[in-house]
Amino acid sequence: MISKLLQLLFKHIDAFLMTCLFFALLTSLFVLYSASGQSLERVYAQAVNMGVALSVLWVVANISPQKLERVAFALYVLGVLLLIAVALFGSISHGARRWLNIGFTQIQPSELMRIAMPMMLAWYFASREGKPSATNFIIAGFLLAVPVALIMKQPDLGTSLLIASSGFYVLFLAGLSWKFLVGAAVSLLALMPIFWSMLHDYQRKRIEILFDPTQDPLGAGYHTIQAIIAIGSGGATGKGWLNGTQTQLDFLPERTTDFIFAVFSEEFGFLGNMLLLTLFTVIIIRGLMIASQAQSTFSRLLAGAITLNFFSYAFVNMGMVSGILPVVGVPLPLISYGGTSMVTLCLGFGILMSIHTHKNLVAN
Amino acid sequence: MGAELKNYLHEQHYFRVRLGVAVLVVFSLFALLAFRFSYLQLKQYNHYQTLAENNRISLVPIIPNRGLILDKNGVVLAHNFFAYTLEITPAKVKNLEETIADISKLVEVSSLDRKRFKKIREQSHSFESVPIRTHLNEIEAARFAVNHYRFPGVEIKSRLFRHYPLGKLGSHMVGYIGRINDKDLKNLEESGDLSNYKGSDHIGKSGLEQFYEKQLHGTTGFQQVEIDADGHAVRVLSSTPPTPGDNIILAADSKLQEIAETAFGAHRGALVAINPKTGEVLSYVSQPTFDPNLFVDGIDSENWKALNESLDKPLINRPLRGVYPPGSTFKPFVALAGLEAGKRAPPFSIQDPGFFTLPGKKHRYRDWKPSGHGTVDIQKAITISCDTFFYGLAMEMGIENLTSFVRHFGFGRKSGIDIDNKNGKSENGGLLPTPEWKQRRFKQPWYPGETVIVGIGQGYTLVTPLQLAQATAILANNGVAMKPRLVSHIEDAQSGKKQIIAPVIQDRIALNPNNVEIVKRGMIDVTLPGGTAASVGANAGYSIAAKTGTAQVIGIKQNEKYNESTINERHLDHALFIAYAPAEDPTIALAVIVENGRHGGSTAGPIARKVMDYYLLGKVPATEAAKENKTLTGNTAVTTTIPEEELHD
Repeated sequence: MISKLLQLLFKHIDAFLMTCLFFALLTSLFVLYSASGQSLERVYAQAVNMGVALSVLWVVANISPQKLERVAFALYVLGVLLLIAVALFGSISHGARRWLNIGFTQIQPSELMRIAMPMMLAWYFASREGKPSATNFIIAGFLLAVPVALIMKQPDLGTSLLIASSGFYVLFLAGLSWKFLVGAAVSLLALMPIFWSMLHDYQRKRIEILFDPTQDPLGAGYHTIQAIIAIGSGGATGKGWLNGTQTQLDFLPERTTDFIFAVFSEEFGFLGNMLLLTLFTVIIIRGLMIASQAQSTFSRLLAGAITLNFFSYAFVNMGMVSGILPVVGVPLPLISYGGTSMVTLCLGFGILMSIHTHKNLVAN
Repeated sequence: MGAELKNYLHEQHYFRVRLGVAVLVVFSLFALLAFRFSYLQLKQYNHYQTLAENNRISLVPIIPNRGLILDKNGVVLAHNFFAYTLEITPAKVKNLEETIADISKLVEVSSLDRKRFKKIREQSHSFESVPIRTHLNEIEAARFAVNHYRFPGVEIKSRLFRHYPLGKLGSHMVGYIGRINDKDLKNLEESGDLSNYKGSDHIGKSGLEQFYEKQLHGTTGFQQVEIDADGHAVRVLSSTPPTPGDNIILAADSKLQEIAETAFGAHRGALVAINPKTGEVLSYVSQPTFDPNLFVDGIDSENWKALNESLDKPLINRPLRGVYPPGSTFKPFVALAGLEAGKRAPPFSIQDPGFFTLPGKKHRYRDWKPSGHGTVDIQKAITISCDTFFYGLAMEMGIENLTSFVRHFGFGRKSGIDIDNKNGKSENGGLLPTPEWKQRRFKQPWYPGETVIVGIGQGYTLVTPLQLAQATAILANNGVAMKPRLVSHIEDAQSGKKQIIAPVIQDRIALNPNNVEIVKRGMIDVTLPGGTAASVGANAGYSIAAKTGTAQVIGIKQNEKYNESTINERHLDHALFIAYAPAEDPTIALAVIVENGRHGGSTAGPIARKVMDYYLLGKVPATEAAKENKTLTGNTAVTTTIPEEELHD
């Protein structure tokens, strides 16, 4: 009886991926305890976030990819409408219009887009027969550009670029021609100055400080400088859990959210960093394996895009905290404190597990 | 079906190639991160480790207690007390005006406070905290502390304040401290003392506070503390206590100082009294004075304007920087010069017709007494202040001989007294004119007539009250020049050990004792009946050697009569008086200058007498206040009762 219940419970859960997630989430709780100044409250709150996120994961894992494929278009349209609503009625905080008040709570429609975008594009390519034509790619590019432009206008440069990249992954995996890719890369470089002129001042500042954080050591560069000091002073094996001076003495900004990696890095050192990189790599490889074994175009493209999207978040966050990328306000996936991003991530992993565990049913 | 499967397999193959590319990208970008981590954490570890330690550990200076300034009896002239201040760091405050407005709802902020804040702010960097209110009481401090969270960038600080309990008394001597400005910082950097001033925000600006800055300041201590990012100390790692500054003990007596200052009444002027045997300064008066407490935390513009623009110039340190023609007080030194040069030795005498003319010239150098003094020898010439006698003597000696002799008495050069001699605010050296000087200064030759008037202390000759007192002291001490100094002891604030500042002999002038005796006798006679300051010596109970003097403020043309009733008060002659007592064994020598006081004997003399009475007999002038009023309102009544001799010198 119990074994049957367990079987029902774990039928659509990928044990390997789940174990990896479990280690990542456990790490998150420990690092958070240190980063929050040993606040158990914060840890409990994050545990609740994880509980909610894992429930979402379980529900989504139990929905078949076919059903997901059917709601893809509706979800995308909903997302775009919400983004338009944000632009019109959204509430402003920290100089950006990102949140929408829907009565009982506030939502951030750009988070929904992180899943809706790859789903939409995967659905689009799956619904075309045969090898996608150039026209298909142009239409897909348009579907990609609308929400990205809306998010960029909020303004939220980091999220808009990451959502653009999640859409791009679908295009890439769907077989966007190499000629086009190279051409796009070249013209992107050529368009750089125009792009620069379109940026907001704070975005330019961020980019300038990327190349030289010492330009504004007490202002915008302060975060990066303190984070780099934290990482560097961690050394080979770190200062030990709860012993990071940069962390414990408040030098690190945003240390439970965007800069939590600096806390981890200071306390666990190079060794810890390598282990975390390995864990992320294993998760990514597993995700790409699921994509590779997926049986429909939709699930293949979606699994690939979700996995690579996870990669971009991890890379951009660690890159920005260690000072090789601009500070764009992206959390470290699975580790940073925060409910919304945790739920969105687990939703993605739920889709991966759904794709992986439903394929035999399709074959049957 | 087969084609579809083939198509499917083809598509899957194509997809896997793309996945392979993606894996490559993932690996290479993660490798980039790993490389970055190894660079930061392995290669640059030491660098960042140091930075983190510097972040974490901060050296917090502990400001030493500033030494006290005490008079010879231990009366406190300058001390410290703790008080709360409310300070704003402009760089950390968004809207300064609003913040100050909000603060003023909690604690009173007067317009004077605002003005001072504005002034200090203009002189400091935006990251330095600037006091908006000082001396908060406990209730105000508590009221702000409760609301502190509302005011980021505003802090309550408990600070040591300098206070001068006697206020205006002797303020030119004591001086004051003020906030360290850019110029002070530069000086500290040059002298290598900058690190000792970390945390200090005050420094001696004038007087003894400035001269003895090094002793008074003490050595700053340090605490190694672990700090958080807001700079708040989390815990102390190690501590080096500060060494408090030394106390300095003056030779002056605050009671004597009070008597001397009160004796001036509403007059402007200066007095310096010196112990001729040691060089110790017994009294140092510059009138009018000011309240040094105004300067401690930055003087507000209103008070500054009032002090700076006052016609009475209260900020000028007159004994040190006020220069006056010595007038007849110069005569004893001219007389000694003549005697030492072998001229005018008794029984030599002249017949004074009331004027002097240069050979072959018509111009008459008038004696103050138009009818002349009759037969005058050198001793009488001093006693009655005979101008004609000294005109001839100066002429015969020549300007070079005259000035080179009196220079030994400290005229024309700085005394090196222990006050205010730093930072370019140096003592005025006065002026002993010579032909070379005149050529340099005016590109003109020296005229014999100019030598004539130097004989009576007029012309280009300028002295400071300090120089005049020092010259008198040297004469009283028979030519042994002691270096003048205000401080007699330096006391270690911790052990209470007192270190005596040994008297320094600056110079021993080789003088013939007989000649000195002649001059001294002439000066003693000055305060005896028939002398120009007979009333000063009356009923003294001790013998006084003195010389009166008058210095012209504006020139009187030939054949024009000086009529004091028609002259603007500020153009009246300055009254001078030098004296030492007891004449047989002097322990006090002094010089008094009363600006626009007219006659040395009648205005400057009584001041000197009060000082000597207290110093030698402990006598306190009883009806100080009543007398002051009389001198001020009934000038003519007082002067007419004084014999003619005393109306001039």
